Amino acid sequence: MNDLIKIVENASVENKPNFPAFKAGDTINVHVKIREGNKERIQQFKGTVIQRRNPSSNGETFTVRKVSNGVGVERIFPVLSPNIEKIEVLKQGKVRRARLFYLRGKMGKAARIRERVDSTVQSAE
Amino acid sequence: MSGIIGKKVGMTSLFITEGTSVKQVACTVIQAGPCVVTQVKTKEKEGYDAVQLGFDEAKEKNTTQPLLNHFKKANTTPKRKVTEFREFAKEVKLGDVLSVQDLFQEGDFVDVIGTAKGKGFQGVVKRHGFGGVGGSTHGQHNRQRHPGSVGASSYPSRVFKGLRMAGRTGGNRVKVQNLKVIKVIAEHNLIVVTGAIPGAKNSYVIIEK
Repeated sequence: MNDLIKIVENASVENKPNFPAFKAGDTINVHVKIREGNKERIQQFKGTVIQRRNPSSNGETFTVRKVSNGVGVERIFPVLSPNIEKIEVLKQGKVRRARLFYLRGKMGKAARIRERVDSTVQSAE
Repeated sequence: MSGIIGKKVGMTSLFITEGTSVKQVACTVIQAGPCVVTQVKTKEKEGYDAVQLGFDEAKEKNTTQPLLNHFKKANTTPKRKVTEFREFAKEVKLGDVLSVQDLFQEGDFVDVIGTAKGKGFQGVVKRHGFGGVGGSTHGQHNRQRHPGSVGASSYPSRVFKGLRMAGRTGGNRVKVQNLKVIKVIAEHNLIVVTGAIPGAKNSYVIIEK
């Protein structure tokens, strides 16, 4: 029976955008399409991925966290959302768990994530 | 009214473009049809107009002799689920095969009927949506989800018939109205509607228009 759901989901997976692979701990820049009236513009959301949920399903989402003016901001994006223009991986972090909720209680230096030694990304910073 | 019998497959979510905005919509996948017309009832013969449809293959050894012959009249194999639709909007003959795409198109609004999941013996809060006792202070200590008074004092001094109380919940016939058809996939007999429908996965549902 699950195969039948896959048939429905595949139709929408077909036009799945080609994002680079990223996982929890990575720093990414999400380009989000924002529609204001009839005009469309791109907004960037740069932060740390703290989790990816429901992988390999239609409802897969990822949560990006950043600290803006001292206030923690988290945004949840559906992977299949047509509103995501593109995703850039800026940094690959070395973390020991898949859900980085411990970052919520930390600020500044304590919330740093070490970069992976085998990082394939040319660090921009 | 016309309709078809189906089986609930499960739920998923899809992105749907509505005008300029894109929305993520929860939707249910139903495997509907193909259904065989097993009987056409007419006003002259049975006293009312109706069409009887059969869905899902049944084993011959599990079908009773009267039903076997009933299906034989329609020149078809035994079916597990048989349902009658009054005043069928579409003109059909005995033995016709109906598929989803014959009756439903994208954008249609349909009603879905099914049997709700059984929930066992439940209290009044879940069963009838009672509010329960407002707070846990002011002397309350063990009755947060209780129904309160049921029969008062000297008047009426009894419990009225039909008073809503705790008991068996679910397992009843439920109709959900005005679900939008998002997609019809003809080659797999699938129909996708917005929102939730009653019943467990693999349970039979009736889709009406």
